[in-house]
Amino acid sequence: MLTIKNLHASIEGTPILRGINLEVKAGEVHAIMGPNGSGKSTLASVLAGREEYEVTEGEVSFKGKDLLDLAPEDRAREGVFLAFQYPVEIPGVSSTNFLRTAVNQVREYRGLEALDAVKFLTMMKEKMKLVEIDQKLLSRSLNEGFSGGEKKRNEIFQMAMLEPTLSILDETDSGLDIDALRIVSNGVNQLKSKDNATIVVTHYQRLLDYIVPDYVHVLYKGKIVKSGTKELALELEEKGYDWIKEAVDSEATV
Amino acid sequence: MSKDNQILEELTSKEYEHGWSVNYEADEAPIGLNEEIINWISAKKEEPQWLLEWRLKAFKTWQNMTEPEWANVTYPKIDLQSLRYYSAPKQDKKPKSLDEVDPELLQIYERLGINLNEQKKLQGIAVDAVLDSVSVGTTFKATLSKLGIIFCSFSEAVKEHPELVKKYLGSVVPMTDNYYAALNSAVFSDGSFCYIPKGVRCPMELSTYFRINAANTGQFERTLIVAEDEAYVSYLEGCTAPQRDENQLHAAVVEIYAAKNAEVKYSTVQNWFPGDKNGKGGIYNFVTKRGICAGDHSKISWTQVETGSAVTWKYPSCILKGDHSIGEFYSVAVTNNYQQADTGTKMIHIGKNTKSRIVSKGISAGKSQNSYRGQVQVMKRADNARNFSQCDSLLMGDRCGAHTFPYIDINNSSAKVEHEATTSKIGEDQLFYCNQRGISTEDAVALIVNGYAKEVLNQLPMEFAVEAQKLLALTLEGSVG
Repeated sequence: MLTIKNLHASIEGTPILRGINLEVKAGEVHAIMGPNGSGKSTLASVLAGREEYEVTEGEVSFKGKDLLDLAPEDRAREGVFLAFQYPVEIPGVSSTNFLRTAVNQVREYRGLEALDAVKFLTMMKEKMKLVEIDQKLLSRSLNEGFSGGEKKRNEIFQMAMLEPTLSILDETDSGLDIDALRIVSNGVNQLKSKDNATIVVTHYQRLLDYIVPDYVHVLYKGKIVKSGTKELALELEEKGYDWIKEAVDSEATV
Repeated sequence: MSKDNQILEELTSKEYEHGWSVNYEADEAPIGLNEEIINWISAKKEEPQWLLEWRLKAFKTWQNMTEPEWANVTYPKIDLQSLRYYSAPKQDKKPKSLDEVDPELLQIYERLGINLNEQKKLQGIAVDAVLDSVSVGTTFKATLSKLGIIFCSFSEAVKEHPELVKKYLGSVVPMTDNYYAALNSAVFSDGSFCYIPKGVRCPMELSTYFRINAANTGQFERTLIVAEDEAYVSYLEGCTAPQRDENQLHAAVVEIYAAKNAEVKYSTVQNWFPGDKNGKGGIYNFVTKRGICAGDHSKISWTQVETGSAVTWKYPSCILKGDHSIGEFYSVAVTNNYQQADTGTKMIHIGKNTKSRIVSKGISAGKSQNSYRGQVQVMKRADNARNFSQCDSLLMGDRCGAHTFPYIDINNSSAKVEHEATTSKIGEDQLFYCNQRGISTEDAVALIVNGYAKEVLNQLPMEFAVEAQKLLALTLEGSVG
């Protein structure tokens, strides 16, 4: 579904990603881990199409299309969803209104009829259960005055509504207490199917207790330096990142 | 980046939707401005002597006045002697009812989406349609008159209800008030008159739709609204003009009088031709609007959505004379390309326990300049006056300007006055967030701007609110790049 080949990206001339290779197939969950500043969030942003990042080399194909050639909104319409680390506030625009605009633009792109108010609300009610979100929250201005947990739950709720094929969760666990973490993870797990895939970007192993990955990759200095299964995450939890850093850095000096 | 430029290119070249004009035979005054012209207009309208004298007095006053230059706008001065002060579509005889109005004229309004045919009209809005210098027709007159409500063109009011016109004309905006008000008083041609008798709640929205069609013609209309004790009316005003290379002048006066316990809501969606994307042409919109809460517990509320005009100079104000009276001003002013707006309000607290509320939302894009100018004045005997002002500015791009000029003048120590102001930019983050959910940049801008202006848009009657939302989106299309 997603193939990343030798991806290099920089921001304002500073290289951040220095040759990423990754293959994600339908039905898989990949975890991207790594120390601060290793380029995890950059990878998520580049895949979603944030303009500040300049792709200097490499290619990304998504369902056979050149992802890098698509505008951010078209990537979303093709089925790429990014759950933001810091969801953005839009004053005066209710979550409901925002989502209805989004859902219908995505549907239009996919050649589907726009949902009328009744059908949309029915769909919303159904998906609300997934992340135990309150309807009152959805009539408020998008993310404005939401708690950290509410923002993250709202992200997963949006993901449920947009039915993406590739979901990228960028540090979705940051700022969540244990209960919220469980609710958010449950939502993500219920949305999993053999036709979609998930990339979980995280710092800590604890999220992976809930969202169990098929593969774990360690990102360091803009490259994937180690890949493994979920056991790798446990090892990292125990030993920290230093042993990986040392191994990579000593190799570089040789 | 190139994609954004392309969108920008496509959409800024989008034409002003109402930029067409119609050719009809017109009855016109000679070009120029002097006493003879004023005599000519007054005679044309078969006016009583007192009104002619009133006009001439205004003209004399005006001759000794100078054009104000304090507003934060720059524009080449208009040669007032090169304008025509009266232009009316020629009709064989004066139509007695709408059925007799030339269908071609009615079609002009139909093209604008305003149906003057009462039978076809489902929504409860009565319309007075003003074309260039005259009213071409007023709907639902009969229905309204059963309740004692007078809703007609200003000229008709002069003929049918001279005592009311004489009593209130110039009582809120004196002819000497300012340069443009004095000019208007001298040469005004038509407009709307509305009178709600004691205890009557007007059952439908009343509205005036102004259209400038003729070239080289100024539009100087006058609106006078009187609400007697316990009366209520909601009034709407809409405006469009053809696309022309030269600048056209619109200098209107609106006066509102609210007696005891009366309430008047006045809403405007102003969409005069703003000039092209290079700043050529467009309407100069120099308007004086003022209401007086004369009676205790009365209320006047102004709501405006200003999207058009090359230059706007406009401060709908409230004189809070009655005790416990309330004044409100809700405004969204959008400027794009080379538009300039200097708009705001004056709240003058005279009575005790008076309250005012100001919510101003400026949006600037392109190379435009957008200024809020507002005054809150609390007089000596206005005990316990309250004011809350909120002035927000939203900037799009880095070539436009937003300015705030608040004046606060307090002469009573029991007054409570609050002023809040914010300036923000449409964030890249907000746009990217919308894009990531599949929403195009254009729609994202519309969504964000409508959210920003929501508090004001909510004040508009439903039908107008929808129109205003579309207009906001249209005005700003292509302004992000």
